[in-house]
Amino acid sequence: MFGYYLELALRSLKRNKVLTTLMVLALALGIGATITTLTVLRLLSGDPLPQKSARLFYPQVDPNSKQGYVEGQTKPDALMTYPDAMNLLRAHRGTHQAAMALTQAKILPKKANANPFFSDAVMTTADFFAMFDTPFKYGSGWTAADDDNRAQLVVIAGFLNDKLFGGANSVGRTIHIDDHDYRIVGVLKKWAPQPRFYAVDLGGRSYGDGDAVFLPLHTARSMKMRPQDTECYAAVPDILNLETAPCEWLGVWVELDSAAAVARYKAFLDGYAKQQVALGRFHRTDTSLLNLMGWLRQEQVVPDDVRLQAGLAFGFLLICVVNTVGLLLAKCLRRSREIGVRRALGATRREIFTQFMVEAGIVGLAGGVLGLLFAELGLFGIRHQPAEYASLAHLDLSMFAFTFVVALVASLVAGILPAWRASVLAPAPQLKAA
Amino acid sequence: MQIKPILTALRHHKAGTVLIAVQIALTLAIVCNALFIIHQRVTQLSQPSGLDEAHLIRIQNQWVGKADDKAYGSLMATDLATLRKLPGVADAYATNSVPLSGGGWSMSLRLKADQSAPSAQTAIYFSDDHTLSTLGLKLVAGRNFRADDIRPMSAKEDLLHPAVIIVTRALADKLFPTSRAVGQTVYLANHLSTIIGVVERMQTPWVGMSWGSAASTLVPFRLLTGGTNYVIRTQPGQPDRVRRSAPDALFAQNRMRVIPDQHGVETFRQIRADAYASDRGMAILMGVICVVLLAITAAGIVGLTSFWVGQRRKQIGVRRALGATRGDILSYFLTENLLIGMGGVLLGIALAIGLNLWMVTRFEMQHLSLWYVLAGAVALLLLGQGAVLAPALRASRVSPVEATRSV
Repeated sequence: MFGYYLELALRSLKRNKVLTTLMVLALALGIGATITTLTVLRLLSGDPLPQKSARLFYPQVDPNSKQGYVEGQTKPDALMTYPDAMNLLRAHRGTHQAAMALTQAKILPKKANANPFFSDAVMTTADFFAMFDTPFKYGSGWTAADDDNRAQLVVIAGFLNDKLFGGANSVGRTIHIDDHDYRIVGVLKKWAPQPRFYAVDLGGRSYGDGDAVFLPLHTARSMKMRPQDTECYAAVPDILNLETAPCEWLGVWVELDSAAAVARYKAFLDGYAKQQVALGRFHRTDTSLLNLMGWLRQEQVVPDDVRLQAGLAFGFLLICVVNTVGLLLAKCLRRSREIGVRRALGATRREIFTQFMVEAGIVGLAGGVLGLLFAELGLFGIRHQPAEYASLAHLDLSMFAFTFVVALVASLVAGILPAWRASVLAPAPQLKAA
Repeated sequence: MQIKPILTALRHHKAGTVLIAVQIALTLAIVCNALFIIHQRVTQLSQPSGLDEAHLIRIQNQWVGKADDKAYGSLMATDLATLRKLPGVADAYATNSVPLSGGGWSMSLRLKADQSAPSAQTAIYFSDDHTLSTLGLKLVAGRNFRADDIRPMSAKEDLLHPAVIIVTRALADKLFPTSRAVGQTVYLANHLSTIIGVVERMQTPWVGMSWGSAASTLVPFRLLTGGTNYVIRTQPGQPDRVRRSAPDALFAQNRMRVIPDQHGVETFRQIRADAYASDRGMAILMGVICVVLLAITAAGIVGLTSFWVGQRRKQIGVRRALGATRGDILSYFLTENLLIGMGGVLLGIALAIGLNLWMVTRFEMQHLSLWYVLAGAVALLLLGQGAVLAPALRASRVSPVEATRSV
């Protein structure tokens, strides 16, 4: 029976080519726009570390002055001062904990005639690699003792290793950064979480390639490397000595393995803030401990424009569906006589309904195929935009499948009204008119 | 015109009527808001920077190798001398940042030392006596910096306290709405500075800042750090030549420097294009969506009306046989569409305003001006009339003979 409906539907669609083309094209445009914007939205709001994100937390305390403070309502700043970050690290209350800041590393290649260049770098502490599960190609990270000894060690990204050492195992070799020699202890495999969650608010971009260089924080600071973003909350006597200046420039992450551990850590953080108030260093007691996804939501890493575009695309799809309902309705009511004949010859209402739903489904599938083409075109356009996430915009397999589900659902929803109208048509008047 | 028979006839096509009206309403809601967003973005990106953009080039330079502040000062002076001597170069100076470049320094200004809330926020541009002539800024009051105003400042001194500053008119008007700004003093951080000049306009490095896009301050300092921006003004017709020759001349003079491959040497046109890339992209996208939506809606109206005309051929024939003119038939379908269109537009106005209110709460969006809604409503009614014209003309050509045919 289904084959027969299919044949009827194809014949009917062929009979009125303009109307059919119009329906398919409108549906395809709506689906193309929706899938394009959804792909970008999903890309930007995705989980950067799916296996770990639920256990990673971002503690915040507030060293600002009393002025403008409303207890329980003022959000702590995104960054942390050096003394607070070190106090939290030394307390060792989490499974892992690390402090970090971004910087620019000036790299001087050993090859003759090669010009020096800048790379994105992270100044951090030993736990960074274990906590974020960074995959190593060669070697490993450094130890807490290396942190304390200000060892001149470095972990580099795979792409920098390719550039400087042609991809060979470079562990043990040295690299010249900001006029100092560092010994390479580890080379990462490709590691570029999207968004670059640990850099949000540290003054770097949120998407795109990963960082090239990872340096021990104390070593880099003793070499006078400066953080990308510094926010000072009081008059600064010496901006070069950031360790003692009233400035925030570090982000701290902790790994906490259970709900109980999270509760304990929050209590510890609150206690720490109160203790600092008692010592006269702090004036505000509010603290915050968001998990990774909560932190990304609060910082609104997904640009407003992208969300706006996604909403717009859904509106667009809605109009296309309404349009398809109207055109399908016109088509099927025009065939009242044919329906009358089929009913008179014994077709049930259900059969008429099914026949028209099959027709709507075919329109949907055709719209889906064409919509996929439009989506690829849209993503191609986005890849040529100057946005930092541009190169990541690709249609993945699940979005591919999703396209057809959206197309089919949209067309079937659009088909319900016309098919129902067709099925309740009384056969007698239609035959009489003929 | 007889509206009553049209309404009676529409009652027999409830589904089709409602569908067209809903489609018109949704289209109106989206198109109004999209046009409004386009307008906002275009206003944003057509703001003048106040600079002589056509002739400006910026070079980002970083020194390699150990050097102290004194060395930076002399390296910079040599570079500037090299650049100013280059053929095709009119003038050059060194600074921390330029308008629209996205990165820079901002500070708050106070009129009194003990004031708790600052009077204004401003962008800080490091400048010298060549800045005004290089950028092509127009001095509207007071004087330019003199060579002896310019002081070196090392990275160690975070607290800059210039004795004299030049501000933009936008900032001067904000600080001193009623009096002349030249000669007045303001607190920059904790130190008093005297305003010696006012320039007509100079945008901040950031696009879309809440505190205004033109509140800028020029300070007479040479910033001695490892990195600097050289801004060059070329003679007319020379930007392309200088863009190539300037970095070569700098490298020939001293190789121990980094000029990044990307954005290292840029004309101001490129800086502007980068700064507004997302605004421009959004405006274009919204424009395309409006056009496609209007086309789809028009096509939908053509489709449904054509069907109605086909269905009513016999009735049309009867009316024609009873004495209705072609004009009567034409105006019947036009009026029918106008009635449906007005229903849709009324619903659409409500939807457009509702959608805007929702966007105001969710995104940084202003309230929709009613003119957009009215213009959109008129446009959609005209679109409907245009779309219905072809089927209606076909209907008017139905011959009265149709009435006598049984099929």
